[in-house]
Amino acid sequence: MNETLKVVGLVKEYDSFRAVDNVTFAVKPGEIVGLLGPNGAGKTTTINMILGILEPTAGSIEVLGKNLKEHRTEIVKQTNFAAVYAQMPGNLTVYQNLYVFGLLYQVRNLKEKIKSLLHDFDLEAFANTKAGLLSSGELSRLNLAKALINEPSLLLLDEPTASLDPSVANFIRERIKKRTAETETTVLWTSHNMYEIEAVCDKVLFLSHGKILLTGNPRTLPAEYGKKDLEELFISAAREPLFFNG
Amino acid sequence: MFLWIVIDVILWGFITKYLGSLGKDTFSFVNIILGAIILWGFLTRIEHGLMMGFLEDIWSRNFINYFASPLKIGEYIAGLVTTSIITGIFGFSVMLLIAGLAFGYNIFKIGFFLLPFLLILFIFGMAMGIFVSALIFRLGPAAEWIGWPIPMVLSVFSGVFYPISTLPKFLQIFSRVIPASYVFESMRAILAASLGTSPSTGSGQALTINLFIGFGLAFTYLLLTYFFFIRVYRYNLKHGTIARFNIE
Repeated sequence: MNETLKVVGLVKEYDSFRAVDNVTFAVKPGEIVGLLGPNGAGKTTTINMILGILEPTAGSIEVLGKNLKEHRTEIVKQTNFAAVYAQMPGNLTVYQNLYVFGLLYQVRNLKEKIKSLLHDFDLEAFANTKAGLLSSGELSRLNLAKALINEPSLLLLDEPTASLDPSVANFIRERIKKRTAETETTVLWTSHNMYEIEAVCDKVLFLSHGKILLTGNPRTLPAEYGKKDLEELFISAAREPLFFNG
Repeated sequence: MFLWIVIDVILWGFITKYLGSLGKDTFSFVNIILGAIILWGFLTRIEHGLMMGFLEDIWSRNFINYFASPLKIGEYIAGLVTTSIITGIFGFSVMLLIAGLAFGYNIFKIGFFLLPFLLILFIFGMAMGIFVSALIFRLGPAAEWIGWPIPMVLSVFSGVFYPISTLPKFLQIFSRVIPASYVFESMRAILAASLGTSPSTGSGQALTINLFIGFGLAFTYLLLTYFFFIRVYRYNLKHGTIARFNIE
């Protein structure tokens, strides 16, 4: 076992609809893997199953060699998550939010940890500001600080830079890359920004209709399929999945 | 947060004062009606406090963050209960203070039975709050409206403002399964006996039996609603509703 995350034959069905169809992949320590695909491809469903907030219909998920179904509490202590649609309570201050989540994840030396996160994510000036009063860029930085509070071995990021200006998005990308390099954190990252994926990810998995169509290095994959860049490959795969499937 | 209960106490305080001036000393309106309003307010605060804690997690779109953390579902419910205890006790104290200072109401006239009364109302309030939260959890944020009027509806059958014998026979059946009705019937009996208007109903044995039934019912509802919430949680895990709560 040297994978942080191992997903085998993952299936999610809603009545007769298959949102995720027999997905298998593995992610090594320190690797950043991009989960790409058009809307409704099954990216968020896959992430939700790995987070343990959605029960798979079939298949298995292993994190750090342990089965998620059997060791959920142990595993979630070593994972964390940030998404544009998962916000922090707006009536708590930035500091209080980090404190509450630090307690939930049983973080040691919590006050020191919060101090360092506030510094790393340029949030010191907002420590006593209620989260509901933050701008979207500041909120994203807070979400990310929360996602790193327990120094997770597996970090799941569902469109963490969506709707952010290029400068804030770049700030977040740089922080995650730095963190990953320092701590060997494994990251599963969904995004519709192909430039971002190319800049950050070591590997991409392209999902369509719940299935993995393509997998490979985002910098070499377009050329392998005769495409100019990742964006052109994304558009082709989204429009003609059967071509890639075959 | 406490505006409605403060208004309730002030409004009913003046109404009971006026009624008291009509009835002279034959009936203690302040002790009976205002006391009932305060105890009912306590139960309502517990139910609404628990539901509000749950709704705030929905409104702040924070569900995924909590349920993806090591927090267990039982711990989450315990957290909701704790916040409702704090808001419930605080609201209760505010009501007592206003009623005492403005209308000379003294809750301790109820005597030793005050403690079991509060305990039954507290447990039943928790059960109601968990039940309503489970319904919202199952049906989605749009079902929030269900939670607000439930205490008002139950007050019709609980004998808060009048004895249960006032209700038609077929409605009294509902009263028998509502724990709060045993509290309010007992409270009236104690206060009536202390005023000498109905000495026979104040028998300690009958009161104790009433309180045991009330406590048994409240505790049963608490267990049932807890398991109902867990069941809804498992249903939501299967159907992806937890994630959808953040998007709705």
